[in-house]
Formats: sequence, C-alpha cells, structure tokens
Amino acid sequence: MPMSGPEIEGMIKDALPGSEVEMTDLAGDGDHWSAKVTAPQFAGKSRIQQHKMVYEALGGRMGGVLHALQLTTAVPTS
Amino acid sequence: MSDTDTNSRISEIVEDSDVVLFMKGTPLFPQCGFSSRAVSILDHCGVKYASVDVLQDMDIRQGIKTYSDWPTIPQLYVKGEFVGGSDIMMEMFEAGELKQLMEEKAVAKSN
Repeated sequence: MPMSGPEIEGMIKDALPGSEVEMTDLAGDGDHWSAKVTAPQFAGKSRIQQHKMVYEALGGRMGGVLHALQLTTAVPTS
Repeated sequence: MSDTDTNSRISEIVEDSDVVLFMKGTPLFPQCGFSSRAVSILDHCGVKYASVDVLQDMDIRQGIKTYSDWPTIPQLYVKGEFVGGSDIMMEMFEAGELKQLMEEKAVAKSN
C-alpha cells in the first residue's frame, strides 16, 4: 500500500512542528511524491542532516514502502 | 558474508576511486529514475566516476544503507566521503556546489 500525500505531510509536520510541507504527486499515481519541506529546525544543519531529519520523521518508511519521495529542504527565510 | 566483511568491502570501493556512485543498474542502463538522475548530474559535472550496481549484490545493497546511515539508493561518495542521494546532488548541482566540491577535492575529469 503506497503512502498518501496527506499521510506523509502529517508525519513530517508532527516531527517538525512549525514546518511547511508542499506535496506534489509527480506521476499522478499517488505513489511518486515530491515534498518540499521548509522547517525552522533545519537552521544550521547540513543538507544531509536536513534530509535525515525528514527520513527520521517518516519512521523508517523511506526506502521501504516509501520508495519514491523526491525531497527538497529549506530553512524559512523570514 | 558478515556485516563487517561487507563494510570493509564498501570502504575499499569508496577509497579506490575519487568518485563512486552506488546505483540501481548501470550508467548506460539505469534501472530507477533517481539513479538515472544521479548519472546525468555526474555526466554534466564532467568527472570520472566508478559505479556499483547494487542490484547485482544484495550484501552491498543492504550494507551501503548501514554504512552511510542513509535509507535510499543512489548514493554518491567523493574521496571516500558520503555526499548524499540524488536530491542532494541535484540541489548542490543547481547551486554550483557540486562542481565546487569536485574542484576542491581535485577529482579526475572524464575525457
């Protein structure tokens, strides 16, 4: 069972309070997602650390049930 | 094969070449969109790189995730150091940071 967009978004927001998550269904099949995550918690972290924080938020699903998640991370500008 | 053996095999591979890409398939025939993207980025950078097809080796396929503590493939290594997956490669490429990293680390160019 693929994960739904709102499900992915919810897990990220739970783990990173105050973050903004923009989900895009890349293939229109509800299985290939792109997530743009903007979170204050990313400040001062390397790209690898930022991505790992999102992977951790997804509780080990990344690379498993969640095969195709294209991830972009950013720190809020204002 | 034990995990320790797999770990030392991976260490040898990433120390053996300046730039190593662990991917699904080969640069000519990538078996996954993310791996394909990683190959295109490296080709654009014009660097020489070694590739490892994890689909041909289950020990490496699992072991590499533990080695880098990173859950997905592809994975890029430069001079033995884990750089990231295809999303990070793309972000770095677009920001000009990947080319900069390759220059700083003085990696061999492709012909």
